[in-house]
Amino acid sequence: MTFGLRRRENGALGAVSQRAGLPVWLWAAPLLFLGLFFFYPLSAVLRLAGEAALAEGLKGAPWSRLGGALWFTFWQACVSTLLTLLAGLPAAFVFARYRFRGKRLLSALLTIPFILPTVVAAAGFNALLGPRGWLNGLLMSAFGLNYPPVRIINTVSAILLAHIFYNTSVVIRVVGSVWAQLDNRLEQAARSLGASSWRTFLEVTLPLLRPSVLAASLLVFLFDFTSFGVVLLLGGPRFTTLEVEIYLQTMQFLNLPFSGLLSVLQLACTLSITTLYLWLNRRQPVPLSPRLSPDGLWSVRRWRQRLLVGGVIVGITFLLLLPLVALALRSFLVISPEGDLSLTLAYYRELFINRRQTFFYVPPMVALRNSLAYGAATVTISLALGLLAASALNRRGRFERWMDAILMLPLGTSAVTLGLGFLVVFTRPPVDLRSSPWLVPIAHSLVALPFVVRTIQPVLASIPSALRQAAAVLGASPWRVRREIDWPIATRAALAGAIFSFTISLGEFGATSFLARPEYPTLPVAIFRFLAQPGDLNYGQAMAMASLLMFICGLSVLVIENIERK
Amino acid sequence: MLEVRDIHKTYERRPLLQGVSFSVSTGETVCLLGASGSGKSTLLRIIAGLEQPDQGQVLWDGEDLAAIPVHYRRFGLMFQDYALFPHRSVAENVAFGLRMQGLPREEIRVRVLAALSQVDMESFAARRVTELSGGEQQRVALARALAPRPNLLMLDEPLGALDRTLRTQLLDELRKLLHHSGIPAIYVTHDQEEAFAIADRLVMLHDGRVEQDGSPLEVYARPASAWAARFLGFVNLLSGWVVSLDPLRVETPLGHWLVGDACSGADRSGKPVTLLIKPYGIVPAATRAECNYLEGIVQDVIFRGEDFRVDILAQGMEFQFFVDQPFQVGQMVRLNIDPQAVLCLD
Amino acid sequence: MNLKYKWMVVLAASLLLLTACVGQSSQTPSLSPSVAPTALQPPMKTESSPQPSSEPQTLTVMTHDSFAASEEVIAEFERLNNTKVNFLLSGDTGSALNRAVLTKASPLADVFYGVDNTFLSRALREDIFEPYSSPALADIPDAYKLDAENRALPVDFGDVCINYDKAYFEQKGLIIPQRLQDLIKPEYKGLLVVENPATSSPGLAFLLATIADFGPENYLDFWKALRANDVAVVNDWSTAYYTNFSGSSGKGQQPLVVSYGSSPVAELIFASEPLSEPPTASIVDKNTCFRQIEFVGILKGTAKRALAEKWVDFMLGVSFQEDIPLQMFVYPVNSQAKLPEEFVKFAQIPAEPAMLPIDLIDQNREQWITAWDEAVLR
Repeated sequence: MTFGLRRRENGALGAVSQRAGLPVWLWAAPLLFLGLFFFYPLSAVLRLAGEAALAEGLKGAPWSRLGGALWFTFWQACVSTLLTLLAGLPAAFVFARYRFRGKRLLSALLTIPFILPTVVAAAGFNALLGPRGWLNGLLMSAFGLNYPPVRIINTVSAILLAHIFYNTSVVIRVVGSVWAQLDNRLEQAARSLGASSWRTFLEVTLPLLRPSVLAASLLVFLFDFTSFGVVLLLGGPRFTTLEVEIYLQTMQFLNLPFSGLLSVLQLACTLSITTLYLWLNRRQPVPLSPRLSPDGLWSVRRWRQRLLVGGVIVGITFLLLLPLVALALRSFLVISPEGDLSLTLAYYRELFINRRQTFFYVPPMVALRNSLAYGAATVTISLALGLLAASALNRRGRFERWMDAILMLPLGTSAVTLGLGFLVVFTRPPVDLRSSPWLVPIAHSLVALPFVVRTIQPVLASIPSALRQAAAVLGASPWRVRREIDWPIATRAALAGAIFSFTISLGEFGATSFLARPEYPTLPVAIFRFLAQPGDLNYGQAMAMASLLMFICGLSVLVIENIERK
Repeated sequence: MLEVRDIHKTYERRPLLQGVSFSVSTGETVCLLGASGSGKSTLLRIIAGLEQPDQGQVLWDGEDLAAIPVHYRRFGLMFQDYALFPHRSVAENVAFGLRMQGLPREEIRVRVLAALSQVDMESFAARRVTELSGGEQQRVALARALAPRPNLLMLDEPLGALDRTLRTQLLDELRKLLHHSGIPAIYVTHDQEEAFAIADRLVMLHDGRVEQDGSPLEVYARPASAWAARFLGFVNLLSGWVVSLDPLRVETPLGHWLVGDACSGADRSGKPVTLLIKPYGIVPAATRAECNYLEGIVQDVIFRGEDFRVDILAQGMEFQFFVDQPFQVGQMVRLNIDPQAVLCLD
Repeated sequence: MNLKYKWMVVLAASLLLLTACVGQSSQTPSLSPSVAPTALQPPMKTESSPQPSSEPQTLTVMTHDSFAASEEVIAEFERLNNTKVNFLLSGDTGSALNRAVLTKASPLADVFYGVDNTFLSRALREDIFEPYSSPALADIPDAYKLDAENRALPVDFGDVCINYDKAYFEQKGLIIPQRLQDLIKPEYKGLLVVENPATSSPGLAFLLATIADFGPENYLDFWKALRANDVAVVNDWSTAYYTNFSGSSGKGQQPLVVSYGSSPVAELIFASEPLSEPPTASIVDKNTCFRQIEFVGILKGTAKRALAEKWVDFMLGVSFQEDIPLQMFVYPVNSQAKLPEEFVKFAQIPAEPAMLPIDLIDQNREQWITAWDEAVLR
């Protein structure tokens, strides 16, 4: 018997021995993607800014606003992240550990806030919490007040609330998926050793959850850090963040040198935050045998459990779902000038009619198809690249640590700057994608990629290396090992990543609106068009279109999650 | 067939293997015996190709394997904690290696069933591996390693986590299986009973080197060193120095001893040596003898089924003997020991 | 196994969807018409044009998000010139212009439409347009022609005015404010919502109206008084109109909003149930409205100058001009164009709108906005 002459290809042992050579082929695609679609456009804009700075200097730079903007950006991002964790962790616990009726539906509904265009979310908040919203109406009639007691619109509370609204589902998904796979025998062991349930949580559960809590915090923080629409629309003109300032300086004042400087500052911040995250997360992950069968889900029996589960459900319903309900209701209601309410389907009917014969009429089914196609493309791109990158990240060397930070950069980079970069570089040779419909899903994938990597990587890291070695010994090539062991085990996480990508693509509007080809309008684009014109029909149709978007999002999430159950 | 030549491996700057050589021939089961941390598992992983040695070669049929990656070696490895794929069923686990060989589906089905029936697990084919008990997992892991008919089977402490009855039973089955299949095997363990039960040959690892290499009988009859003797479970060790060479006579704190066996290390008088007194062949003595004489108090008597183990304390040293008739605890005993039961270790 | 299979189905389905999408992007009109919904791609109608043999040319028009036109009107141009028109909708007025400026080295389009008099000087200073003296300029009153070299040609005008909620004022028996000065009276405390001039085009226009009315020295005093009178400030028109304004569908809190002079007509046209008259109206006294004139220009460096000229002529011509009011809710500049019935009946066009010289705006815009920001927000 002989082995013939099949020699080891370069790095074939990479999958097996953690210290073998760089898995170059794993990095190739993600690096190429980032290089071409992130660094290339970014550097083009920064070069433009640099040239302008050399020509005109940094005159007219409102330095006085810079300090305030920087401070407020950090402050609101920190507070928002903490509050989001506060809201998300109990919910993640309840979803990971309890069995209760309507859980799957609720979990699908909870992703919807993530996709809402800010304009629509703002409308939802107003319908609920605005001066004439439900809450104030209720309080005013209950206590006979003649002024609205709750005033949060255009305050910092509105910004924080909106950030919680948007990002709680991130915490629930990222932490919840790890929590659900924690072996609860570990907690039982701690309890039997005499630890109270609180001590058990602090000393056993939390340390094991730490990587996922850190990952969720980083995602949420970067999201809040570069928050644009929320600050602009719900915070109002008194609040300015780095991102808002970049937008103003670039798009309104055409002050490229200053906006370039701000972009660099923002990048530096993002890089430091990510480095801090990596430092906090530097310890080798504890390999945990994934618990693949969802046994040990608790039913709600004792009154304390009822209180907990009930409280969480009521809390997140109030926080995350009521604004959605308010929106959906509004799409079925006509308010007459006298203030009388009546039910109608007129807004939905009107969606299908191009009454003004306008060139830019968007048939809802076309918008829907485009949105779904962009979503599917984004899922495909970001999942493929994310799987490769997450696998490559499993080898922890200096290079990987840097790549880990770099992969997060797009999430913490100004959408305005990046969008401008796309416009500058992809509309001329050598890479003229001007008329390509791929530009939009590519831009979405840049934002989605960090989410995919952060959801998949911890799961891959927790797979015991003995499994990979066993597969290799049984004859699986390094590539086959990934395909047969890593990726199937990471399916659950990959699906969570897919849901993130899909919802990011479905809702993303601000950054890529100008990349969108008018031939391929999406649901958010259609909503925005309606909201840009006065008139009850326009508003109603915007609400109807938004309800359609929410419905499609919920449905898609249910479908994607159903794949997992099979 | 397999030849391991002068393997060196440093792990976290500590030398773990310092020139290990041994070989496995056709149909032979070789037991790697050593304390935990002696580098047995690392040696297995180097043979499997999961790790690279710092120095030395692994050869198969005379061909150096350094350039052959793990998945082309066609060696089977059964992991200490089995490493069953949690996302696959029992049958899918067993089929894995067959699929990697690209066999047709029907053949895979047949061979999976055959492998499962070898380990008596046919009825478990569709089960999730996470639902199996430890013994069941062990059988599935064995079936998975055997199914692709590897050129060499390596088992890393396969019975480590199991209870005693199950261990004895599985050990028996394992031995039959290995001998039936004719696949050469390396069996790693730290338990000498397991090793004796299964091995055609024992390779004892100590301090990164091969301490002794031989058949179980040879090894048991003549441990190569004090360490080997202690590791094999011998307790009765005595240090002393050579008084005369022919016949070999050694002086110890417990008097003079005649050694029935030749000893290459005892080549001159005054040379320090260690004596091993086998636990058999004691005769109660009426009076104090000049040589091969032990006097002590019985500390403990343990019934072992066939015979008794007696623990004797003599001048502060513990001795163990196996006897047919129990002694009384606390009794003072005088014993004569057959020179043939006394070995001199280097 | 089952799982893997399902995955592949999902991926395949996504790819299929995508290819369907990509297939449509290829602009050869002969491609499977069954896939193409006509509403999405009106240019498909060129298939029936009399000269299908020659490949249609492409004209790219860069404009702001609010651009709109009727299908037939665009189709007419495409048919007459055997052309496919691509529109690049590039953000609000300011953003669209800035994108054109930032890409002037390799222009994204042949024509740019939508720069208004508040930004015109920037466009001219950045030299993004080629001059073109369209014959259609003959029908346009000189008052709208702000560039003597005809690099930017007027297309339409509109007014940014304060809209009021008729029902509110009726119920409260409150007199409708007449002039800007009235807005600081105590009876209107907390009743007005305006947009941030830094982020919103009507917000900037209204700021300019106050500057025109009170003068660059005194306008800040007015704003400080307005602040003391609890003026609400938001960042964009949609929020102001739909969230804060009580006269719109949002049923907000303020009965006065900075919007467009034509918004009341739009309320009528887009009513969900037919109305006899609009629920809102504009205040159109001297200097209460700021006049915005929008321009079109041929982008410097276009390779399709002749076609671009035809498009400019077309935009200034009667059929496009008459399409403007109902599509974009602004008024045509061509004196030959007739207004639609609803506009004739309900449109309020101020006799003396506020205006400022474009160079003055260009020189002071940032400074005015910054000063406003300090006075009103900080």
